[in-house]
Amino acid sequence: MASLVRSWIPLLILQSFLVAVAFGSKEAEQFSEALLLKPLPDRKVLAHFHFENRAPPSNSHGRHHHLFPKAISQLVQKFRVKEMELSFTQGRWNHEHWGGFDPLSSMNAKPVGVELWAVFDVPQSQVDTSWKNLTHALSGLFCASINFLESSTSYAAPTWGFGTNSDKLRYGSLPREAVCTENLTPWLKLLPCRDKDGISALMNRPSVYRGFYHSQRLHLSTVESGQEGLGSGIVLEQTLTVVLQPETTSVETNMQPSWSLSSLFGRKVVGSCVLAKSSNVYLQLEGRLGHESKNVDTEIEAHKLWKNADFDLSLKPDRVLRESSGLLFIFDIDKSSDSEPFDLGLNWKLPSKWSCQQAPLQASRFLMGSGNERGAIAILLKATESQEKLPGRELTDGRCTIKANIFQIFPWYIKVYYHTLQIFVDQQQKTDSEVLKKINVSPSTDKVSSGMLEMMLELPCEVKSAAISIEYDKGFLHIDEYPPDANQGFDIPSALISFPSHHASLDFQEELSKSPLLSSFKEKSLVRSYTEVLLVPLTTPDFSMPYNVITITCTIFALYFGSLLNVLRRRIGEEERFLKSQAGKKTGGVKQLLLRLTAKIRGRPIEAPSSESPAAESSFLSTKLIFKIILIAGAAAAWQYFSTDK
Amino acid sequence: MASEKRDKEEEEVKTDDGSPKIKPRPIVQLGIFLVAHSPVFSVVFSAAGVLALLILPLLAKNTYISENALMPGSARSMLSNRDVSDGSKLVKDIKNYWLNHEGQGVEVQKLIGKYMSDMGAEVYYQKFHPEGNQFHPLHFFSGPDSYTLLDNVSCASYGVNVAGIIRAPRGDGKESIVLVTPYDFINGGDYEALSLGITSTLFSLLARVTWLSKDIIWLVTDSRYGDYRPVAAWLTEYHSPSFKVSDLLKCGELNTADTFRRAGTVAAALVLKVDGRSERFEDTLSIYAEASNGQMPNLDLINVVNYLAVHRQGFYVKVEKVVSLLSSSWLKIIGEIFEAVGKLARTLNPDWNFGIPAADYLEGSATLASSLYSQALGIPTGPHGAFRDYQVDAITLKISPRFPPDSKTRQHDFFLRGARLLEGTIRSVNNLLEKFHQSFFLYLLTSPSKFISVGVYMIAFALLVAPLPMVAASLYIEGCKALTKSTDNPTENLKSWKWLDAAKQVFALHLLGFIVTLLPYFICQVPGQHSPRNRSIMWGTTSSSLLLITFAIIPGCSPFSSRHHGTNWAVLKSVTISAAFIGLCLMSIINFATAEIGALLLVPTCLMAQPIKPALRSRRIKSLLGAFCSMVLLTIGFPVMFFAISKGLFGEAVVGLSLGGEFWTWLESLWAWKSATYLYIGMVHLPCWLLCLCILFHPS
Repeated sequence: MASLVRSWIPLLILQSFLVAVAFGSKEAEQFSEALLLKPLPDRKVLAHFHFENRAPPSNSHGRHHHLFPKAISQLVQKFRVKEMELSFTQGRWNHEHWGGFDPLSSMNAKPVGVELWAVFDVPQSQVDTSWKNLTHALSGLFCASINFLESSTSYAAPTWGFGTNSDKLRYGSLPREAVCTENLTPWLKLLPCRDKDGISALMNRPSVYRGFYHSQRLHLSTVESGQEGLGSGIVLEQTLTVVLQPETTSVETNMQPSWSLSSLFGRKVVGSCVLAKSSNVYLQLEGRLGHESKNVDTEIEAHKLWKNADFDLSLKPDRVLRESSGLLFIFDIDKSSDSEPFDLGLNWKLPSKWSCQQAPLQASRFLMGSGNERGAIAILLKATESQEKLPGRELTDGRCTIKANIFQIFPWYIKVYYHTLQIFVDQQQKTDSEVLKKINVSPSTDKVSSGMLEMMLELPCEVKSAAISIEYDKGFLHIDEYPPDANQGFDIPSALISFPSHHASLDFQEELSKSPLLSSFKEKSLVRSYTEVLLVPLTTPDFSMPYNVITITCTIFALYFGSLLNVLRRRIGEEERFLKSQAGKKTGGVKQLLLRLTAKIRGRPIEAPSSESPAAESSFLSTKLIFKIILIAGAAAAWQYFSTDK
Repeated sequence: MASEKRDKEEEEVKTDDGSPKIKPRPIVQLGIFLVAHSPVFSVVFSAAGVLALLILPLLAKNTYISENALMPGSARSMLSNRDVSDGSKLVKDIKNYWLNHEGQGVEVQKLIGKYMSDMGAEVYYQKFHPEGNQFHPLHFFSGPDSYTLLDNVSCASYGVNVAGIIRAPRGDGKESIVLVTPYDFINGGDYEALSLGITSTLFSLLARVTWLSKDIIWLVTDSRYGDYRPVAAWLTEYHSPSFKVSDLLKCGELNTADTFRRAGTVAAALVLKVDGRSERFEDTLSIYAEASNGQMPNLDLINVVNYLAVHRQGFYVKVEKVVSLLSSSWLKIIGEIFEAVGKLARTLNPDWNFGIPAADYLEGSATLASSLYSQALGIPTGPHGAFRDYQVDAITLKISPRFPPDSKTRQHDFFLRGARLLEGTIRSVNNLLEKFHQSFFLYLLTSPSKFISVGVYMIAFALLVAPLPMVAASLYIEGCKALTKSTDNPTENLKSWKWLDAAKQVFALHLLGFIVTLLPYFICQVPGQHSPRNRSIMWGTTSSSLLLITFAIIPGCSPFSSRHHGTNWAVLKSVTISAAFIGLCLMSIINFATAEIGALLLVPTCLMAQPIKPALRSRRIKSLLGAFCSMVLLTIGFPVMFFAISKGLFGEAVVGLSLGGEFWTWLESLWAWKSATYLYIGMVHLPCWLLCLCILFHPS
């Protein structure tokens, strides 16, 4: 298979080159791949795969592309998507240890499950239709139940709380969606080399899914050409972020584990994807600037950067970049080949400790109260240690403030009482006007739409903690709205906390190479973090009860209709007369039956029974009855005894 | 069935006696028949009810794991010697600490916290105030207290809990499992340290396994202030924290502000205690499950623990039983009778093997009695009770090792087995995708592996209370007849309002019962320190003076009033019995065990109550016997008396005035734990008992 692909690739390159020459387009479609590796303070390693595919604005190719996936471009054209992001995530991002203030975490720390948002370039009235169609298309494309976002109860239209100001934005998330290889395979199909060659060949499924965090993301944006008659270009950015635990044999607990690409992924890189314009591997080391000398001019100094007393790298980096908080080693993998695969390793020699830069406030969210009736949602914001060092403080009216946006979707069965919103800053209750700068609420409608809360808090810089609590009632679901199996409870999607005045970016001291990964890092990105998903236990009927319910209902119906019919059709006067007439000549039912039978056999009319004294009759009858009962009971006991006797 | 048959015979006789008689509807006929023969049926039903209670141990079914997803014991234990050595090291460190230091400060907490964080857990400390349970009449059925802010918080006494959280590597953090080990941080305790050893062995394993889907919280509570209170304080902080500033945070050198961490909805909780030395050859595991007001955790949780302990780790598992019953001869005789009946049935048909050996019967009934008693008391039997208030299934496991606490050689094996048991249980709960719902919530245990479900034990109660409406109806008819005879005034003869006078009296006494129930709250408000004995005397005197006032104010209430004002005793008894019936039925919904024991006391008392004067006057043996019986029953039925008798049964004889003090303390504990039994005693039992007393001394 690999050889087949390899034999095809030169042909493809030739073709694309020819086409480019023939049509004389200014810009060709570009694909680049990159892998960023980063040791984390808690003895784990982060691997961030980054693939970028650019289709320049042109209508010369018509509907055809060379590198750019056709499925995506069709999607963009059909639904007029201006910008879209889809992420599949498993596991939780650990803001404390893995960082919260760098572009990597603010873009790739995603909520559990599926998250989708899209901005459309259609008239306002058609946005919802486009969204619904888009969810179905993506659902088919990625083998996931994204189509559940179609229902108006599961998505919302944030105005400003999400960070992107647009009235054509739709946002939805599915916290319960399980992420697996079936989602990764279609994602890989969008890459020109799939996972056959280049960096993506490292994606060995067992190692990728063994990680502590796994997030695959697809971000696309259209670039307007600005020229008349020319279509828009598309930039497709695909990233996969995994956090892995390198296997270690050392028992020393404060020693960082040493690793190599082959030990992390069980595979090595043998050459780049030939269709890629650039394919690099980056290694980012944080907190290593303090004891390094500033000048890298001499060869020895440069050598010292990657082979020193603390650690050494197995390969010589092609370049070393410095940024404010650490070092970035750049490796070019073009040189590697089958005989000499690229297998970067990091070997720690001395125990080393550092900490990641954290977002100004760390958010956690939890449910309050117990029982099936009501409760409250609380969001707790805690100041992190790095808060004071961060830029982005603002002075309003002479006070230093931190701004924090909170964006939260409430499913309709969580009936939130917005008037119960309470805000505590440093354990003091504050009125809304003191800390709340902006708030936007759209209440939910039962079974029609979900509720949404956007608010902007303005907290003093020296804040230690802030808490927001809001009460809710639990709604009742219709029986067919419950999921078919496994009643665990219902999920409240993650809230998004973003800091509009804080932006994360890496600023390199040297001029920048044209790597898309680095340029995306250099761009200022909004610092944001998602909170946990919450589980709300709702009142649930016991679904194993229908049998009992059916029996009880049937009994009640039978009793009701039986007695009703009885009352309706009974003629009490007639009955009384009949009873009176019968009372005189009453004989036993069995005897009557026998008489009738003999009469029938003889073919004669029924004879009047011989008159006996009633007293004798009654005593005879009652002894007979007792005898009959004893007989039946004896027969039953005997039958029971003999039937079960072996 | 028998009654129906007889009913039919009756019918035949009636219709056949020649006179033209119209047959009423069968159901009406049955009703009339039952009411007409109510004395016979009430005896039959009550006896059947008691008998049904006695044969419950025979009807117990074997437990089974109902939820397939639990799969207990299907995975191989991953516990290694490394984990055990972690646990042993912690125990050793703590012991060394006790050798060198006096118990002060939070050093032990910090030591445990350090171990937790070394294993990779998120650690935090929580300060709490030891006082918690205070009686408030209106808080009875409300949920757990919202965090009440104490203004006069003193730093003199506060407890510090340590908790560590292991985040499930790939989990979504929506659910968590809590492990609780109570530990006295000031006085230590060798056995208690062993429970820390087991849990830390397990924690060391859980910190590195990949199969976790729920977060694990290990809570080491400060058991200086009891087992229950620290857990309740932690749960309150977990579920309903106060965001306001608390003075408690400033106490001590440990700064715990804003460090409280949470881990989603609690799915299940296990409390582990190591206590005392096992008397048997094996290590003993006792399971405690009863939470407040007789609420039980899902039976599957007990099943999983029992299955793993018996079939995997070889513990001897037991549940609490009433030891004094084991040696009682009457129960033994009953057991032997049942055994003989069982054997006889078996010779008739080999499939009828309901008989059990007399020894098993004794064990079963002793366990059943204990199960009934703890549920009826409504006081949780351990710290797990705090979880039930938040709808979390929890049990307490108390392990008694067979070796002395300082035996190093056995300790390793003990840690390994204890941790494996917990690992298996946690793994099963971890497998669970949904809440515990498959198995029973309403059951009584007769042994760790045998249970009686609600459908079976309800029969005994239903049989016991069945005569009440019958007798009430028959008495009402009787009373009406008597009234019609006695009064000649036709205007007073409005038949449907006969019960009104009696109802007034019943209502007045129930109101009195309600006030008496609330009295302790006000007595507690009386300034000054009073001993329980004095308080009980205060309560007794106020209650009886209130009773006298009631008798004085409302004419016709008093048994000492003149005959003209008095109501007919039959009607009064009829209304009393109806009230008792309603009260018992309501109580059976709230706490079945209380209703069952209450019915055992109240039903015979109510049924037997009759005026003593005519009996004395008639001097017939039958009526004298009846009067004597009702007096004896009434004496036993008095709550204080019954308390004394049950104390005597358990082997603690209390006499004289100290009884009052004891009783007060007991009641205090009932209301402090928000037990509905307290309400039952005050608002159902006491008024009905007083009414029976009124009937007994009725001047008719």
